[in-house]
Formats: sequence, C-alpha cells, structure tokens
Amino acid sequence: MLQIISILLENKTGALMRVTGLLTARGYNIDSLTVARTLDPELSRMTIGVAIEPHQRRQLIKHMNKLINVLQATDLTDSPAVTRELVLMRVRAPQESRTAILKEAEIFGARVVDSTLEGFALEATGDIEKLDEFIDIMRSYGEIEVTRGGAVAVSLESKKLRLSPPVPRGAEEGKSEEKNGVI
Amino acid sequence: MSQLMSGAKILLECLAREGVDTIFGYPGGVTLPLYDAMYDNPIRHILVRHEQNAAFAAQGYSRSTGKVGVCCATSGPGATNLVTGLVDAMMDSIPVVALTGQVTAKLIGSDAFQEADTFGITRSATKHNYLVKNVNELPQVIHEAFYIAASGRPGPVLVDITKDVFQGNAHYTPVTSIHLPGYKVYTEGHTGQIRRAAQMMLEAERPMIYAGGGIVLSNASAELRELVELVDAPTVCTLMGLGTLGSEHPNFISMPGMHGSYAANMGMYGTDLIIALGVRFDDRVTGRLNAFAPHARIIHVDIDPAEISKIRNADLPIVGDLKRVLPKINAVLKELLPEVGERPGLKAWWKQVREWKAEHPLRYDTADDVIKPQHLMREIDRLTKGEAIVCSDVGQHQMWAAQLIRFNEPRLWINSGGLGSMGFGLPSALGAQVANPNQLVIAICGDGGFQMSIPELATLFNFGLPVKVIVMNNGYLGMVRQWQELFYANRLSQVTLDGFPDPVQLAGAYGFKGRTVERPSELAEALATAFADPGPYLLNVKVAPTENVFPMVPAGGAINEMVLTPPQPAELRK
Ligand SMILES: Cc1ncc(C[n+]2csc(CCOP(=O)(O)OP(=O)(O)O)c2C)c(N)n1
Ligand SMILES: [Mg+2]
Repeated sequence: MLQIISILLENKTGALMRVTGLLTARGYNIDSLTVARTLDPELSRMTIGVAIEPHQRRQLIKHMNKLINVLQATDLTDSPAVTRELVLMRVRAPQESRTAILKEAEIFGARVVDSTLEGFALEATGDIEKLDEFIDIMRSYGEIEVTRGGAVAVSLESKKLRLSPPVPRGAEEGKSEEKNGVI
Repeated sequence: MSQLMSGAKILLECLAREGVDTIFGYPGGVTLPLYDAMYDNPIRHILVRHEQNAAFAAQGYSRSTGKVGVCCATSGPGATNLVTGLVDAMMDSIPVVALTGQVTAKLIGSDAFQEADTFGITRSATKHNYLVKNVNELPQVIHEAFYIAASGRPGPVLVDITKDVFQGNAHYTPVTSIHLPGYKVYTEGHTGQIRRAAQMMLEAERPMIYAGGGIVLSNASAELRELVELVDAPTVCTLMGLGTLGSEHPNFISMPGMHGSYAANMGMYGTDLIIALGVRFDDRVTGRLNAFAPHARIIHVDIDPAEISKIRNADLPIVGDLKRVLPKINAVLKELLPEVGERPGLKAWWKQVREWKAEHPLRYDTADDVIKPQHLMREIDRLTKGEAIVCSDVGQHQMWAAQLIRFNEPRLWINSGGLGSMGFGLPSALGAQVANPNQLVIAICGDGGFQMSIPELATLFNFGLPVKVIVMNNGYLGMVRQWQELFYANRLSQVTLDGFPDPVQLAGAYGFKGRTVERPSELAEALATAFADPGPYLLNVKVAPTENVFPMVPAGGAINEMVLTPPQPAELRK
C-alpha cells in the first residue's frame, strides 16, 4: 500500500525541491506528488505517496519538519485520513460497447466529460485502490489513455500546528556584537 | 527613518548589525559592487587564495570562538569552490554564512558568463539557502541567515545575491524582527524526561558518558563537568568533543571509536547506560552496530530531533539545548543524590575501567634514529600543555594528534570530523588565528593535505598571522597507505608523495621561516623555537614513513575486538 505524507509548507521558490530533495538524496522514488496553494495563498499543501520502510519514513519526516520552509509534515499512513485521487481517461468505445462502458462508469461514479464517435473522456475520483480497479476494467474494453492526478489527502484529526513566533533581530547597532553567537 | 542606499551598502550594514568583524573572501565580476562598498568599510576582509579556504577559514573563526563565520565568493567558479567547505560545516554543524554573487537577475538561465545554479547546487550543502533577486528583501534575508546559522543545530547558510541587487538602490529601514514560522528550535527539554534521566543515571551500575561536538556548540562544558562529577561516570569525548571535559579530569577516558583507546571502547562495550550528549552515534564511533553497547540503555540529549533514534534507539530521548537541559538534570541529581547510598556497582565499574586503562594505555615506542609520529604529537602536547589552538588536517596525523595532545578547554581542538576534508588544517588555522590574534595557533598537516592548501601560506604572510604550520612528513598519503597495508596485502597504490617541495625553501619563498627536522634529538628544541617565534613558521618534520595508527577498529568491526598493536611482519606477508 502506498504511504502518504502530508506537508504544509511555505509557497516559496525552491521549497518543493527541498522536500523532494530529501527523498532523492536517499535514493527513494516518489510514487505520487501533488502540491497546490492552501486557503492562505502564502502556503501550499503537498501530498507525497511513497513506499519506504517505517523507520526510514519516521526519520525522513523528522528531516522534512526541520526544513525552514516546512510548517508541518505528517505521516498519514497509519492515522485517520481520507485519501483521494482524480483520474482522467480517454477510452475508445465502438458502437457495440458504448452502453457497457457507460454502465461501468456509473458503477464507479465516473463522469463523462466528453463524448465523440470514437469514444469517451471520463473523469473519476476515488480512493486509490478503487481507481486501480476502474482502470483495469476499462482496459478490458480496449485501448485507454490515463492521466492520474496523484493522491491528495486530508487528515481526519486536527493536528495542532505549532508555529514559531517572530524573533527580534538586527535592531540596534550597538548591541549587534553579542548577537553574533550561539543563541 | 529610511535611507536610500545601494544593495551592497545595505548588505554591509546588516553584517555590521550582526556583529560581523571579518569576512574571508575572494572577489570577482559580479561582486565588484560589493567589493567597491567594502573599500571604505570598517569590516575587515581577509583575501584568501582559494574560495574553499574562505569557507574553511570562516569555520576556523567560528569553531574557535562560537561566533558565526562569514565567507564570500563570486558567482560561478567562486561559488562552486565554496561547496566542500559548506558541506564540511554542515557535517560538523558549524555556523557559517556564505555570501555569493549571482549574475544579474534577468540573465539567470541564459548561460551568462560565470553563471551557475548556486541555489540549486548548495541546497543540500547548507542548512538553508536563499536567492535574492530583489534588493528590498535583502535585509530580512541577511538577518534570517544569521539567525538560522547560529540557532538550533547550527550550520551553514548561503545567500546568493544577484549583481543588480548589489547595484540597486532601496530605502533601507533596519530590520527589527524576523519571522520564520516553520523553523522550530527546541531548547528546554521535557521536564518529566529530565527527571527520569537523572534517576536512570543514578540507578545505572556501569554508566558511561559519551560527550560530543554538541557540548562545544552549546558552550555547555561547565555544565557537562558538573554532570560528570555528580554521576561520577567514566566519560569519553568524541573527536568533535575533545576538550569539553578537560583531558586532565579524572573521569576522562579519552576518545572512543575507530582509533579510540582500549578503555574507551571497552567501556562503551560493557556499559549498562550510555548518557549520550550532543553526539550522533557516528559509524567511526560505534563500529559494527550490533556489537556497540549491546547491554546498554541509552539516554540521548540533542537539540536536533532527527538525531534521536537515528542510529541507535534511544530509551530516553530529550530534545533540547544542552546548555539549558544539563543544569536541569544536574539540579535533579543534586536533589536525588542524598537519598542514594553506596553505589557498589559503580565502584566495581570504576575498578574495571581503571584496569582497562592500565592494561592498554596509548603506548608507542620511540627510536633514536627516526622521529616517530607519536613522539611528535607528545612533544607538541608537552610544550602546549593543553592550552594551544590546534587545527588538524585529515589523516594519520589527525588521529595521533587527537589521541596524544591534551585539550583543557573546548574550541582548542579544531578538525574536520564528519566530512574529513583534506586541506582543512591550514585555512582553518588561519581563521582561528584571525579570531585569536594573541593565542598560539598550530596547524598540523600531513604532507598530502598540506599540498592542498599551500597557497594560504601567502595569506598568513600577508596578514602577519603567526600560525605555526607543522607538516608531519611521512612521504605518504599515510592513512590510505595504512589501509592498503592492512587490508590490501600492502599493495601500495597511488599513495607515495614523491616530488614534495623543500618546505624550508617554500616558507622562504613565501617570506617566513621554515626548518626541516629529522632527528628525534632536535625535535623538542625545534618545536620550542617555532612556537616562540613571533611570526608564521613552518616546520617540516620527517617522521617514520610506515608507522600505523593503533588501536584500530577495522571498518565494520566490533569495538571490543580492536587491533591494539601492529600485526607482526609475518602476519602481514601472508
Ligand atoms: C579531499 C580529500 N581527498 C581524499 C581523502 C581521502 N584521504 C583520507 S586520509 C588521506 C591521506 C592523507 O595523507 P596526508 O595528508 O599525508 O596525511 P597522513 O595520513 O600521511 O598523516 C586521504 C587521501 C580525503 N579525506 N579528503
Ligand atoms: Mg602523509
């Protein structure tokens, strides 16, 4: 099963690379990654799907939390959370299979977003395993092209977000001497 | 009150407000506006001869004082030359701020002359880095950089600044506060855990204190000493922690690990409680993990939560600044101690540790015809009495120096521990001497590593920095030769250093005194003369070429199975 890490980070140049760099530096592959602005446009929410052993994952998440641009990184793998993915799919549908395809689509709650003589464009959302099944079934009708959106997740627990307050710095010329040191 | 100022001037103003008095650097095309602003600025600029050495010198400055070291380089090759020094600072958690120039913002991405993706290249070489393309952001960024470098687990921070930012004008208003909501620094430690830790310490029968570079970084030596005396545990200091408990302290059991002492390693093997303070269970300390302290529980205090249980699971973790946490532990210990009676287990443990110490002290033979490297270190030790700043390069000489030279205080022993960068010794000594003009600063270099930083002899001369450069000349890349001898059937591949220049002529060419010493009988006098000289001085000490560092835990070996003495020639030949 895919493990899900959810990260709240500052919406700044290079912030994404800092997070993904922690994975690539350790030779881990990223299975899925989504990132977009949050309600606060200065922040982004990132969801990463990976397959890493628990000890390494714990270590990795500590390192993510150490990044200056990261406000909070949480492992959602074993905690209550909802994970969903969006799939867009083009399926070739000759006359004889059109009804069957639409029926399957309905079962999986997929919507038809475009229809032509050659076939359909479908949109489906759901949890990742359900979508895997849906894709398998559609494949049995012939050629398909699929773009998956990557997992997005929301935790069902409200995790307290601990933010650091502003710190005084750089203010008075005279006092600067003692600032240049261990705090 | 805001003032229209150039970016270059704003930068220097911010540095002054951070208390910066010295920059180690090297100029170039895009930093021209900055260097022009430096021309009549009171901050001192030390022109090094290679940017890598600017980073090493900034580290020497920082490691010897605790202040943030500052280095500066131009774009492209200047910035890439800094990288080793930054990674080195990262590995040893040394607060350094690196300032680099970048091509004009609108040229970024166009393969402009001397353009390099410094922001990308140094991302994993720093604790944090910045690219500044807007002069209005500069003051905030500079103050953030210094704060990040020095606080929490310290480390290097790089600020890449485009040329147009240096040139551009902005209304400068001094920054009074910075806000980094995602940057968490845990300093206080958990009260409950602190109490439990103190209890565990007094319950243990065979406690062992394992103190490292974190004690140096948090300036917690006095607090460590108090803890050591309250718990009365044998104490080892790592390569990064030497001096945190003075070498003369009765509880000091020297250094553990690959080239640690027998008593230190046997202690770490036999203990039932490791009190790990500002350490990271480095593989050079632990050897094979399943043979490291197999019977021990672990108390681990560190400011970095990512260090806890990284290598060895901590039975009792405390995340906090040692300077804040140790006094709290000490307070609980003082409260509990009156109720603790005899500690017979501890008594027996001490007896055992003393036996180990007596059984295999760090021992070496002297010879009449050739200077043994250990003899060199012992003489340095005898003359410096644990009071000099000793900056080492990387190799056999580093290990002998760590084993045999005493350090009464932290920040006297300066070496590249985590990265092991050859070329570190001379430039770090340069930086340390700049920061400590009246102290004896010695650079101990191998003949290999010395050749990586020879150009800095010019800087020493230039600034009248009286560093004593001791080249331990064994004619080999000794540490590599040792491994080839011991583990590759003595097939010596690419480790001879033929073509070494005559150092006396070399020193002379750079304008200061030098001398070659070959005979054991001359050594003491030669060292004393060098140390007493008011200027820089180079001593080329020819030592026994094929001496090996012992004791030794072979890589991946168990710490209780160390090789104590050189294998017999017969064993080597097979
Ligand atoms: C930049 C760099 N390159 C290579 C090494 C690998 N290395 C470690 S010790 C050593 C030999 C050092 O020789 P020398 O400076 O003569 O010191 P010695 O061991 O002889 O005392 C080498 C090559 C290193 N640590 N750093
Ligand atoms: Mg050598």
